Amino acid sequence: MATILEMRDITKEFPGVKALDRVNLSVEEGEIHALVGENGAGKSTLMKVLSGVYPHGSYDGEILLDGTEMQFRGIRDSEARGIIIIHQELALIPLLAVAENIFLGNERAHRGLINWRETERRAADLLARVGLKESPKTTVADLGLGKQQLVEIAKALSKDVRLLILDEPTSSLNEQDSEKLLELLTEFRKQGVTSILISHKLNEISRVADTITVLRDGSTVARLDCKDGISEDDIIRDMVGRSLDDRYPEREPKVSDEVAMEVSNWTVHHPIQTDRKVVDDVSFHVRRGEVLGIAGLMGAGRTELAMSLFGRSYGRDISGSAKIGGREADLSSVRSAINAGLAYATEDRKTYGLVLGDTIRRNVPLAKLDAIADGLVVNRHREGDVAEKYRDRLAIKSSSIEQETINLSGGNQQKVVLSKWLFADPDILILDEPTRGIDVGAKFEIYTVIRDLAASGKAIIVISSEMPELLGITDRLYVMNEGRFVGEMPTAEASQEKIMARIIKSGNRAA
Amino acid sequence: MSNIVDSTAQAPAGQQARASLKFLKNHLREYGILFALIAIMVFFQIATGGILLKPVNITNLVLQNSYIVIMAIGMLLVIVAGHIDLSVGSVLGFIGALAAVMIVNWGVPYLIAGILCLIVGAMIGAAQGFWVAYFRIPSFIVTLAGMLVFKGLTLWLLAGQSVGPFPPQFQLISSGFLPDPFGVDGFNLMSLLIGVGVALALAIFLVRGRAQAAKTGAVDEPFAFFAAKTAIIVIGIVWMSWLMADFRGLPNVFIVMALLIAIYSFVTSRTTIGRRIYAIGGNEKAASLSGINSKRLTFLTFANMGMLAALAGLVFAARLNTATPKAGATFELDVIAAVFIGGASMAGGVGTVVGAVVGAFIMGVMNNGMSILGIGIDYQQVIKGLVLLAAVIFDVMNKQKS
Repeated sequence: MATILEMRDITKEFPGVKALDRVNLSVEEGEIHALVGENGAGKSTLMKVLSGVYPHGSYDGEILLDGTEMQFRGIRDSEARGIIIIHQELALIPLLAVAENIFLGNERAHRGLINWRETERRAADLLARVGLKESPKTTVADLGLGKQQLVEIAKALSKDVRLLILDEPTSSLNEQDSEKLLELLTEFRKQGVTSILISHKLNEISRVADTITVLRDGSTVARLDCKDGISEDDIIRDMVGRSLDDRYPEREPKVSDEVAMEVSNWTVHHPIQTDRKVVDDVSFHVRRGEVLGIAGLMGAGRTELAMSLFGRSYGRDISGSAKIGGREADLSSVRSAINAGLAYATEDRKTYGLVLGDTIRRNVPLAKLDAIADGLVVNRHREGDVAEKYRDRLAIKSSSIEQETINLSGGNQQKVVLSKWLFADPDILILDEPTRGIDVGAKFEIYTVIRDLAASGKAIIVISSEMPELLGITDRLYVMNEGRFVGEMPTAEASQEKIMARIIKSGNRAA
Repeated sequence: MSNIVDSTAQAPAGQQARASLKFLKNHLREYGILFALIAIMVFFQIATGGILLKPVNITNLVLQNSYIVIMAIGMLLVIVAGHIDLSVGSVLGFIGALAAVMIVNWGVPYLIAGILCLIVGAMIGAAQGFWVAYFRIPSFIVTLAGMLVFKGLTLWLLAGQSVGPFPPQFQLISSGFLPDPFGVDGFNLMSLLIGVGVALALAIFLVRGRAQAAKTGAVDEPFAFFAAKTAIIVIGIVWMSWLMADFRGLPNVFIVMALLIAIYSFVTSRTTIGRRIYAIGGNEKAASLSGINSKRLTFLTFANMGMLAALAGLVFAARLNTATPKAGATFELDVIAAVFIGGASMAGGVGTVVGAVVGAFIMGVMNNGMSILGIGIDYQQVIKGLVLLAAVIFDVMNKQKS
């Protein structure tokens, strides 16, 4: 096999930070090359250098494609050479059709007039190649995330891709869709397409990757050949520079007998399709000091359950009762829910969690501004003290509390969201996908926070699609499928197989 | 204040100057607009042969722009919250007409009429804000409709005629000056004393703020820069009040304006309400999920805008001493331009009251200066348009750099 890409001694500096320090990356033709590293290790920066987002001259080092040096001035240059990146946040236009999206900026046109027949015919071919059974005329907004991902790949294929770079492609996909995507990558490998896969999901990487490059703090720390039999633990050790004997912090559960929140017969209807029940007659309770997990596939209704509880932020025609501390709780608005002692940290921190243009200082106290104000006037010293305290306590990596949250890495953004809710000091904290898109080291830190909160007598509800995570940190689990709770078990007796079995059985019964 | 340890004050002079320059470069976005105003004033002062800063002209400048400044304050809040209000010019005209009809035609006492007008203005704003906040109708459309509606209602109310004149006491809103108990001939000592007082209070406020920040170690502003800034502000205020005192003293409307600027600056930068409005503009969903009642705040922002537009309407009518059907036409564009020149962002969540006021005065000084120079209204429009564009381009480029 020939070397298709070689990046040599790439150094990229931002004011005050060396994001990349003499990084080397060498990719063989026709392989799946995994790029791993903690958030902030420099993966995205490296890919931006490769794709020309940071043009030639703004970094040191050289990029060799098929042995010749490349000097990309922009994404157009790199795409012309067949280097195509699919970003974590998909770049599709939701209201345009699949075919229009695939050929966006690359229209099948003659003198400015689009040849629709050819567009659709070629789009259909590409969709067949990626195994997506949808009409090219379907509007992208009508497709699920997994299918949208496939449209992105079809778009890449339309540009005669030689080197396909996928940034966290499965972070928002459920297991089936992730599975399909990985199969597709192995299929491409047979066809001679080279891919670079950036992912935090080590199980996926160890399954499909041929070679793994590990970045840490802006430097290459290892290049692992998967033929030698690499274990996930080996990768983790290289990523974090220490061995994580356990990916979950040790804890001794101190679950009290006191029920913190009890929800009975909670039913929520879809906001638009009003006859559809998104949450169907759900009853559950959580005790003080307990970490409760809610398992389920994407679309099971877990987020909708949480948001409808949290000040009726989702759905309509909500019925059922919720008791907090034994008394009927007023959850009619977010404010009253917070006052009742409930907090909800969203799964989508950028859209729902943070005011991205604002600083850490301004984001942290947002849910409880009154606590840093004298009457109506914000006490800026108390505000600063609060922000500093949580920056310290959760080890938020940032230049100072004056840093805008948009410039933080995903893990650190999540810590700011957590800080906000810790400062609001709830009795019951619902965490929706608290570690999505976050690296191993930050995950461990967040698990530690969860553990400490439970130990201090709070009730924690964790919604997660990562079953090992739920099994690792919770005391008790509910399984949710198609809007209903279909199982409950102590975590000590649970396993991935048992949870899946509950889901599948309940699905069969419904069918 | 001498016992406070200010580490940045110990550095040698050369280092101070360099640090100050570097700080200025990093904060060009905040101070750039102020420098632009100063540069424009210096330019016109020279170009007009010293007319611009003559006491009578400075007083005029304030009077001419007072209603734009008053509305820019309200518009700043609307834009920070992520919306826009196109109706303010029409509302200004409508309230002027309403005041004229009440006072001149019906003989309602001017004080009662004035209060009623402010209430009506707030209700107009509330009515528009209601649709924007609770039904999520885009503010651009709601207030575009409002602009047409109130333009029409003004015509209807005045039956196409001008109505006036107002009683002399009502005219005092715009043409009155602060009385001078000292009775110095040809010089309003009271006005100068107020100017000096305000300047001193501001200086003490700034020094104390810095001292407090120093205690928590959060000072990154070089001492020389801080001293220069404070000196410029103090000298500027004293000088302006001297100039105005030399004519007839501080105009009543100037006092109103200054109070509004002070109050709204404080509300936006220091209170929880202000924080929440910025949070809504920055990310409404996140703000709502943090327990902020974004609907009610948006609603109140528009009601406040309506009230300030009504106040501006009273000021404008008093100044012209008559209500005309054409009053207020295209004022909304000047107001919106002022807010954007002042550094606010179209997307919401960014902007300051002081910035908007400085933006309004940039437009005002250019209008005034170009008129003195006898530049035709045609070129004036072109130049003003280009300045707006340049200001926003400068702002965006600065943002991208950082």
